[in-house]
Amino acid sequence: MVQAKSSAGFNAGVQDYRLTYYMPEYTPKDTDLLAAFRFIPQPGVPPEEAAAAIAAESSTGTWTTVWTDGLTDLDRYKGRCYDIEPVANEDNQYIAFIAYPLDLFEEGSVTNMLTSLVGNVFGFKALRALRLEDLRVPIAYLKTFQGPPHGIVVERDKLNKYGRPLLGCTIKPKLGLSAKNYGRAVYECLRGGLDFTKDDENINSQPFMRWRDRFLFVQEAIEKAQAETGEVKGHYLNVTAPTCEQMMQRAEFAKEIGTPIVMHDFLTGGFTANTTLAKYCRDNGLLLHIHRAMHAVIDRQKIHGIHFRVLAKCLRMSGGDHLHSGTVVGKLEGEKGITMGFVDLMREDHVEEDRARGIYFTQDWASMPGVMPVASGGIHVWHMPALVEIFGDDSCLQFGGGTLGHPWGNAPGATANRVALEACIQARNEGRNLMREGGDVIRDACKWSPELAAACELWKEIKFEYEAIDTV
Amino acid sequence: MKTLPKERRYETLSYLPPLSDQQIAKQIDYMLEQGYIPGIEFNETSAADEHYWTMWKLPLFNARTSQDVLSEVRECRGEYSNCYIRVVGFDNIKQCQMISFIVYKPGMSRY
Repeated sequence: MVQAKSSAGFNAGVQDYRLTYYMPEYTPKDTDLLAAFRFIPQPGVPPEEAAAAIAAESSTGTWTTVWTDGLTDLDRYKGRCYDIEPVANEDNQYIAFIAYPLDLFEEGSVTNMLTSLVGNVFGFKALRALRLEDLRVPIAYLKTFQGPPHGIVVERDKLNKYGRPLLGCTIKPKLGLSAKNYGRAVYECLRGGLDFTKDDENINSQPFMRWRDRFLFVQEAIEKAQAETGEVKGHYLNVTAPTCEQMMQRAEFAKEIGTPIVMHDFLTGGFTANTTLAKYCRDNGLLLHIHRAMHAVIDRQKIHGIHFRVLAKCLRMSGGDHLHSGTVVGKLEGEKGITMGFVDLMREDHVEEDRARGIYFTQDWASMPGVMPVASGGIHVWHMPALVEIFGDDSCLQFGGGTLGHPWGNAPGATANRVALEACIQARNEGRNLMREGGDVIRDACKWSPELAAACELWKEIKFEYEAIDTV
Repeated sequence: MKTLPKERRYETLSYLPPLSDQQIAKQIDYMLEQGYIPGIEFNETSAADEHYWTMWKLPLFNARTSQDVLSEVRECRGEYSNCYIRVVGFDNIKQCQMISFIVYKPGMSRY
């Protein structure tokens, strides 16, 4: 058989995707999975052809015609590019909107969904760069997932903590503490007023501290702090492991010793492992904290990769009760809007399309439980008013250095953060504007809390200048 | 440098100095503005694993002002001065509890 040239239209031989997969007249169905891809075609490739190729390569397409095609109904499975829009102020950059029929995807499998959507297509030659910006997951498909093991509402009820963000802290140094020393650091943080402490992501089971020893000492620390303070305490025990069997072994042990929450790294661990763990946590009453190591490899480049809002949506489907989502504080206004856009996608039940915040599609979660956003890293007591204002009650604020770096140690450091948090909550509820008056609120509390006063002396006050900047 | 003393706590707002009635009223105003249904709970003990305290009457479905709630808190405090008392808030749209804060501890100590 003689192979036709790709530019010669449809013939037996190499595919011209444009004829089959570019369908501007198509109206997406409620049951279609929709995707928005940002793409840059190679020089000389028309955008329609590139967009059609994306639809094809991420669904039914193969580079050449095969006779077994004749035994199938292509229309039932093919992705359709139903719209292309040029990106303003960018040369040769476009957004392709693609609709995928429901039948393409296995029920309850984030792994299968991603393998289809972002598999071969990202290496496709006709494209210079490609980024998956957003997904609209249809309710029909969402209903095949159980999502977070418990969700925000159940977590609050289990913890008996209402009307304020939760407070956490990652135990440092990352590497080298023995299990007993580590447990002591946990106890001091928790007795001081934190709700949670956390394993660093690269604490798994190294020679200096094997997982089982850590779990036992940490559990003793939790129980002691809980008995002394009368408040519910927890520590994210990292069960991320080399194999699924080992991960499950650690999770089962965590359950056995009665700990309230475990932790997993969903990207390095993988979606199959994560979904398995989420199911176990749901069945056994464990909360599940999710770390996101490796995300920046995937989501940092503006023109290539996958936006974090897609990864966050995938995590909500796969299952997790907490997910790290950045701190926003100190960033530009635009980034704040985009971050809060995916925070909404994590915890709200219905999110409207809002292109200014990077939300390309209206997403209805059909009552799937929400994931609590975690703001962690580089924050201290002076950031508290802004964090409370931006993230609201349904969030977990984690002060690592901001707790452990306190001049008097972990417990007073924890108290300083808790006092700052509660002073902000009280002030907000009394109708005061935290962005404007946050500094006063913190300074007033310093008058009766020596722990907070010591923290405020160590860390410098920051300026609250958000209000002045206008949003687009 | 100071060692943090061991002290029992009572979740939200328990790290602040004891609230005055006026401060309690402001927190209740906020709750009512959010559309939550206020309620009062009391208990002789406070432990981490005790989710339920005893309800004072029923949730105050008909409370319109913070004073309506505060007068119930006072009445509860008079009758159960040996108990811990907290004010809670229910959201019947989200269908869950949203608020809880401590308003009275027996033999209330300063912070």
